[in-house]
Amino acid sequence: MIALQDRKIALWNIGVAYTAFLIGTLCGLLQVFIRNDALQLPAWLDYYQILTAHGVLLALIYTTFFIFGFFITGMSKSLGSFGPKVRLFSWIGFWVTLLGTVMATAMIISGQASVMYTFYAPLKASGFFYVGLALVIIGTWISSFALVGHYRVWRKNHKGQLSPLFAFMTITTIIMWIIACLGVVATVLFQYIPWAFGWTDTIDVELSRSLFWYFGHPLVYFWLLPAYMAWYVIVPKLLGVKVFSDSLARMSFVLFILFSIPVGFHHQLTEPGISNFWKFLQVVLTFMVIVPSLMTAFSMFATFEIAGRKNGGKGLFGWFTKLPWKDIRFTSIFIAMLFFIPGGAGGIINASFQLNEVVHNTLWIVGHFHITVGTPVAMTFMGVTFWLIPYLTGRKFTKSMKVLGLVQIITWSIGMLLMSTAQHLLGLLGAPRRTAYSSYNNHPSSAEWFDGILTNHVTMAIGGSILFMSAMILIYIVIMTMFLSPKAVEAKDMVDFPLAESDMSNTPKWLENWWIWIGLALALIALAYAIPLTHMIQHAPPGSEGFKTW
Amino acid sequence: MHLHKYEKIWLTLGVISLIIFLSVVGVSAFSQNHTPAGGMETIDPKKVNETAPFDNPGVTQLDDDTYQATIVAMAFGYTAPELKVPVGKEVVFKVTSTDVVHSFTIDNTKVNMMVVPGRITTKSYTFEKPGTYLILCNEYCGTGHHMMYTEIEVYEE
Repeated sequence: MIALQDRKIALWNIGVAYTAFLIGTLCGLLQVFIRNDALQLPAWLDYYQILTAHGVLLALIYTTFFIFGFFITGMSKSLGSFGPKVRLFSWIGFWVTLLGTVMATAMIISGQASVMYTFYAPLKASGFFYVGLALVIIGTWISSFALVGHYRVWRKNHKGQLSPLFAFMTITTIIMWIIACLGVVATVLFQYIPWAFGWTDTIDVELSRSLFWYFGHPLVYFWLLPAYMAWYVIVPKLLGVKVFSDSLARMSFVLFILFSIPVGFHHQLTEPGISNFWKFLQVVLTFMVIVPSLMTAFSMFATFEIAGRKNGGKGLFGWFTKLPWKDIRFTSIFIAMLFFIPGGAGGIINASFQLNEVVHNTLWIVGHFHITVGTPVAMTFMGVTFWLIPYLTGRKFTKSMKVLGLVQIITWSIGMLLMSTAQHLLGLLGAPRRTAYSSYNNHPSSAEWFDGILTNHVTMAIGGSILFMSAMILIYIVIMTMFLSPKAVEAKDMVDFPLAESDMSNTPKWLENWWIWIGLALALIALAYAIPLTHMIQHAPPGSEGFKTW
Repeated sequence: MHLHKYEKIWLTLGVISLIIFLSVVGVSAFSQNHTPAGGMETIDPKKVNETAPFDNPGVTQLDDDTYQATIVAMAFGYTAPELKVPVGKEVVFKVTSTDVVHSFTIDNTKVNMMVVPGRITTKSYTFEKPGTYLILCNEYCGTGHHMMYTEIEVYEE
């Protein structure tokens, strides 16, 4: 077990994550019923306020705090206990992120920031909302630098050695995150905050959107890479085998540093101010992340097959039945991976230049991120939660918790399948995203969208209700394993951190030369962004004043 | 770095299909003009109503086969009187906003344009079927976002 002080930092991060999860999923439940026209909110509460809270708390806050809880535990486990400085800065990072979260959430709840988690200008929220967001980012940077410091100490004491795979992947994710945040930090500090507090009169809208999406796409990889870490280093241990290939795992991760950032324009394909050449160039770069994703898919199935055969699986597919399906730590992650197959395919559609016009800003997109971040990522985090919290608290993961875990995973899958299928189909028919209930004055087109067996308001509401029930079961498991389950006294009851062995004997040293990857990443970013952004700034129209349209 | 034989095959096939796929998209985009909405023109968002062509929004005929539809988007509606265009003729949509970001999206078509204040979005489209099409905003723009819609009538000549 790792040091008590390190466990405490991790547990506080996870605690905040699940508090955000609780409020965020409750908002989700309200949304499906408003869209179903079954629920009218009281006058002091607005649909878009709830929608903003749902997005911010689940997509930004739940993920970020959980990821740091996972990183802190894994770094302490694989590199040894934190020193006093690392601990101090991890705590400062935690409190700054939390302070930012509370500020932003308070602004949303008080109705001063119904601007969605994309906060597109010139919708103008209270200046404190943007300050809150900035603090969230700065807090994660402090926590990140604490972990990088811990890693550097380890490297110094282990000259000439490659770091353990978990640490390598953590540092990769952090490097990507810090480079990605530069965009959102630039727009929030230099554009939004001076404008929201009235120090400047106007804002350059297209520039702020471009800087946001420079950050907005790698943000999804910041969610995905920790899930990939669980797939690469946790899953093989649960199956009783080694990591399939250490060098390949590292290679796929560094490719994400290169190809997740210079791609933001594929979120802006249908808007003015960026010429087709630059849009298309970033589309091509976007598709490069398919390569590390294919590598990951291969490694996963190779791991499954090796494990299944080791357990006596015969024939072409016999190994499949020999996987530990009754182990909820494995089954949860396996189902999460299955969801990523249509999720990834949908992503390819979204980024496909012309094809984007068919789905852009429709409910399809909402369906898409519910089967990417909402399931592959979130369900992997759930699968990790089952052992991570008992590991940190030293409590048992009891038999009844295991059964509940299974129920939770199954209900989440069913709910998500119903809701996201309905959303994908409705989007293809043309139903827009981010809207309260509307029949467009009984327009026949909008009535047609909701006419199908799956494409109706009821499917989404049923799916959403099942999801909420599932979320509540998870919250129960979290509370039990955190505070109430019996302490593990005997060795057999102790919950372990399942960290797989990884054979580094064939891994080339240059993979851990970060300057190569940072240098290449910056070069690609310059290639993709320097000219179009310069053009955007030099040919900027008169700026926009702020509007509060809610 | 060691690569398993099957992994080499898997990645080679993956990369080849990626190249084919991107070539198809690229050729379709740049040699057949299948590009999404866009445009590099700018405008002062405070002076939209006095800047041509938005000082006189609506449909104008450019030549025998081309029409231009000029629309101003604002919270929560579109200024575009008499949106009527003939079937089978090219319609060039030009849209801008006087306030926040909106979209101009025509249901059952590929017209799906982001409307950004300070910029003019352009998209060319030819309707193949007559009828009354729903136009709606699919970018969140405020409390009345879901009420923001209008219609375009496509008639047979």
